[in-house]
Amino acid sequence: MQLELADDDRPFLPRGVRVIEDRVRGGKVLLAPEKAIALDAIGDAILMRVTGQARFADIVADLAASYNAPKDQIAADVQRFMIGLRARMFLAVQP
Amino acid sequence: MTVQPPIAMLAELTHRCPLACPYCSNPLALQGKDGELDTETWADVFRQAAALGVLQLHLSGGEPASRPDLVELTSKAREAGLYTNLITSGIGLTPKRIDALEQAGLDHIQLSLQGTTADLADWIGGYKGGFERKMLVAKDLKRRGIPLTLNAVMHRHNLDDLDRTIDMAVELGARRLEVACVQFHGWAVENRAMLLPTREQTETAKRIVAEASKRLRGILAFDFVPPDYYADYPKACMGGWGSAGLNVTPDGTVLPCHAAETIPHLKFENVKDRPLAEIWTDSAAFNAYRGTDWLPEPCQGCERKEIDFGGCRCQAMAIAGDASATDPVCGKSPDHSKVEAMLQQAMAAGETGFTYRRMPPRS
Repeated sequence: MQLELADDDRPFLPRGVRVIEDRVRGGKVLLAPEKAIALDAIGDAILMRVTGQARFADIVADLAASYNAPKDQIAADVQRFMIGLRARMFLAVQP
Repeated sequence: MTVQPPIAMLAELTHRCPLACPYCSNPLALQGKDGELDTETWADVFRQAAALGVLQLHLSGGEPASRPDLVELTSKAREAGLYTNLITSGIGLTPKRIDALEQAGLDHIQLSLQGTTADLADWIGGYKGGFERKMLVAKDLKRRGIPLTLNAVMHRHNLDDLDRTIDMAVELGARRLEVACVQFHGWAVENRAMLLPTREQTETAKRIVAEASKRLRGILAFDFVPPDYYADYPKACMGGWGSAGLNVTPDGTVLPCHAAETIPHLKFENVKDRPLAEIWTDSAAFNAYRGTDWLPEPCQGCERKEIDFGGCRCQAMAIAGDASATDPVCGKSPDHSKVEAMLQQAMAAGETGFTYRRMPPRS
């Protein structure tokens, strides 16, 4: 299965996957079936923009504007992050 | 040393179970219903666990659905802010009860699979009709879209069905498949000769899992627990003793892992007597094998000491007779020949039948 996202794909966190505040250690954690993954600032910034409505291209554009960074580089980073999550079934996509 | 907070807690709500799997990880001395913690005490333990840093709660057993208050417990766990995972055989999960569990906010279900056919699964589980009921539950879970992991416990009698097991996980809509080869603790020790896979089965299983996880990328995620007697290095049990997880037994005893009570010199404390945070941080049992300072040679000088922490303490106890020894599974262990002898014995033993898990007679 092709895991790369197209510009128009709308990523979302499927049922059973959510981001929470870690009250004890600080920071954000991605909770998924039997897994807990501490998010760094970049992961948090990406997932904050994953709404189920936003398209991949929108997320990249928003991040590029917010961090004043080149779009191509952001797109590659977001793509890599999202492919990793999709391989573990932590992220799903609707066209 | 600084003690990190635990990430996961396994709550063995009960040891009661309709199934009698001969590899059950529960201890041989099963606890009866009378000693089980009540609803309020469990709810308090969940709140204490969340305050301590636990993020993932595994509601397990026995069969957790044997507890009439399972729904209430799930709801208390969610209120405490925990991610709730139900580890079940499916027996006892009626549609009405699943409705209530969804309402309570249950996050995920891990469904056990004893075999791919009714004949095989019911023989292994020691419960006639269990497979058929499990499949009905699985179809219901799929229809509802409840996140599902299939936990296929594998051994000599079902490893040859691994391809079919993987197909079933996809058909049942599971997101994750645990190919969990039996670990030799609890009842599995009693059935070692019947359960140990052959070396050939082990190699084939590794190849099949590697191939299938590539082919099914984005459809099914895999967790593979290989048969560890054939491994070169030991498993990093629990990611290190007292490091990431803890286990609470039906009567409230707090353990670093589910088999820890097989280590006779350790005294385990109870949530009825002491706050969970103190037990985790200060109790002698949790500090006995924490970190790496206690490690013997050859572990102390080994480049893998921060990877596997000397392996499994319970296995060292069971095979080497010393819980502070190097896990004998390791090729560098002075006791490694004992593992090889066990494998040879198991392969020569023939089919003796299972010793099924059973509760002690009521006194």
